Amino acid sequence: MGATELPTPGINGTGLGQQSPAGGASGDPAAEMIQLLGPDGKLGTDPVFSDYAKRLDPEQLRGFYADMAKVRRFDQEATALQRQGELALWVPLTGQEAAQIGSGRATQRQDYIFPTYREHGVALTRDVDLAELLKLFRGISNGGWDPTENNFHLYTLVLAAQTLHSVGYAMGIQRDQKLAEANGSNDPKAAVVAYFGDGASSEGDVHESMVFAASYNAPVVFFCQNNHWAISVPTEVQTKVPLFNRAKGYGFPGIRVDGNDVIAVHAVTEWALEHAREGRGPVLIEAYTYRVGAHTTADDPTKYRESAEETAWRGKDPLDRLEKYLRNEGLADEAFFEQVRADGDKLAAHVRSTTQNLRGPNFRESFAGVYAEPHPLVAEELAWFEEYSAGFEGDEEEGTGN
Amino acid sequence: MTTMTIAKAINEGLRASLTNNPKSLLMGEDIGPLGGVYRVTDGLIREFGADRVVDTPLAESGIVGTAIGLALRGYRPVCEIQFDGFVFPGFNQITTQLAKMHSRSGGKLTVPVVIRIPYGGGIGSIEHHSESPEALFAHTAGLRIITPSNAHDAYWMIQQAVDCTDPVIFFEPKRRYWLKGEVDIENPGPASDPFQAHVLREGSDATIVAYGPLVPVALAAAAAAEEDGRSIEVIDLRSISPIDFDTVTASVKKTGRLIVAHEAPTFGGIGGEIAARISERAFLHLEAPVIRVGGFHMPYPVAKVEEDYLPDIDKILEALDRSLAY
Ligand SMILES: Cc1ncc(C[n+]2csc(CCOP(=O)(O)OP(=O)(O)O)c2C)c(N)n1
Repeated sequence: MGATELPTPGINGTGLGQQSPAGGASGDPAAEMIQLLGPDGKLGTDPVFSDYAKRLDPEQLRGFYADMAKVRRFDQEATALQRQGELALWVPLTGQEAAQIGSGRATQRQDYIFPTYREHGVALTRDVDLAELLKLFRGISNGGWDPTENNFHLYTLVLAAQTLHSVGYAMGIQRDQKLAEANGSNDPKAAVVAYFGDGASSEGDVHESMVFAASYNAPVVFFCQNNHWAISVPTEVQTKVPLFNRAKGYGFPGIRVDGNDVIAVHAVTEWALEHAREGRGPVLIEAYTYRVGAHTTADDPTKYRESAEETAWRGKDPLDRLEKYLRNEGLADEAFFEQVRADGDKLAAHVRSTTQNLRGPNFRESFAGVYAEPHPLVAEELAWFEEYSAGFEGDEEEGTGN
Repeated sequence: MTTMTIAKAINEGLRASLTNNPKSLLMGEDIGPLGGVYRVTDGLIREFGADRVVDTPLAESGIVGTAIGLALRGYRPVCEIQFDGFVFPGFNQITTQLAKMHSRSGGKLTVPVVIRIPYGGGIGSIEHHSESPEALFAHTAGLRIITPSNAHDAYWMIQQAVDCTDPVIFFEPKRRYWLKGEVDIENPGPASDPFQAHVLREGSDATIVAYGPLVPVALAAAAAAEEDGRSIEVIDLRSISPIDFDTVTASVKKTGRLIVAHEAPTFGGIGGEIAARISERAFLHLEAPVIRVGGFHMPYPVAKVEEDYLPDIDKILEALDRSLAY
């Protein structure tokens, strides 16, 4: 069965979901990748996605740059905080800014995002206070922010588990919209974005989430950041075909986009979200990008990869190419870039001072969260703990987490 | 009062939940037109449609994981796992995600998901169709685990599970699905708290605690012991997490002896937990050590020999004799 027979009216004629496997005739795995803004800072064209790029005004393009610069600066600060012992661990995102800012900025307020654990850039686009993200890494919370406030779910550390939550949530949206339409409401339609990595794509939950999404035509966009490495294991160990090609097997469109090209990522994600919100079902986006630094601050990439690879990818840097474009087109001047730097320093200072002041919760709060409704065992154990602690009255320091 | 089987009572309870709560929905393998392999959801898709009674792809992690997403969106999904031994592909989602979402979010998120699992042996089935994995779930904080042993409880407890804000694992004693009993659909009576144990039979010489499929066995053992002049109290635990230790403790303070019976292996099981708690709470009242009657430390055996594995009247009576000999 050809992809043209699939119930995805929006993709007829665009060729999406119809790419040949293994990178096509050229054998280059990135051959059929959507790219608008090249590493040289020049804007190319695409029969489908140029129209989306044209929607962007200079203000938005400058905003993309400011976001990317901000989150990179945040990343550097968090890495430094980890080195100074203020964080137990840090998960850096340098190199993946365009994939995250481009996709995050394509979402609308009513959409709901399920991140994995590296989506600091997406968090920024959802107005999550970045200092809140650090609670998890400082070891004072297993969450950190209120997911209902910005429709940005908690980080999920069990790889791929959130992809299923995203599909269930999307199924809920479907039901809500059906009901709302029956009641004559015209609230904006919503969709869900599920983030995961190329390594996580091997987990069974990703497969099951795609089966469910396809079966129920759920309004979900699967956003895979292929940053080429799952800790030390290269993508080739996870998959023999380009990841976006898998979508075809589930019966929905798959698109590979240059993940270091913020304009293309934004365009492709907008397209996919419209597709999902309009009730045409799921889309898989593979953002082809690179994790420039270590997997986490506990990792040593020199043990498993050549530095030449990293250098080559630095030549495709997402910030550099947008900066070139903005300067060439006269869309931003030196004062703008100065301002971005100053804002970055301000954010870093905020994050640093907030982090150092982030105190552990009182251990008693851990009893409160276990169940939503009263629970006799929890009550009994808390009572025991209170009595036990009372024996140390005076020795106890509040708020140390002990 | 109407008389019905446990399977029918769960069916009626689910029907009531679907009627009373527009946000509730059922999900599982073959639960639609077939009505589930045990027909527990029989007829519900006709009444409520395929959006409320969802035949899912064959994927347990998918069922539990998407149910979590639906619950985050304000729905109350009730998942059917086809058989006890097939819950494990969904175990990750249940223990690492479902159980912890509320605490990780500092109480901002609730995931009122119910997981229905037909469990236990005695039906002469093949591998993976007769297991009792309740202790594996009970060890995980954040989950509630209940199991009815009669039709009235089945009707009410399933509805209470759906209404509960916390995730609930609802273990259904599959070999008792066809056990009939009276159900008062007007009034739950003492069943109004699903986490409370019930004293089914009063006695003064020893207490037997059982739950789910072993409750009728415990009652039969108590009746047999009575013929020998022994007065045995029988408690239906009903809730495996939390456990109503107050009811058990009160009984042991009265009788001085305790037997805990379940089908799951005794090692690392619920019986050990009860024995430990009761020795802490009622040590000076105990006339004998708490004795556990349960499965052996082996995979559930093949059907031809499962009678030797399962706790029965004789095994409980033997334990009673040992207890009374102290
Ligand atoms: C189920 C599970 N297995 C193993 C791990 C340990 N682990 C954490 S991150 C990681 C690699 C993930 O790679 P990928 O999905 O490509 O995402 P990336 O970190 O590269 O963004 C592994 C193996 C985990 N978190 N969850």
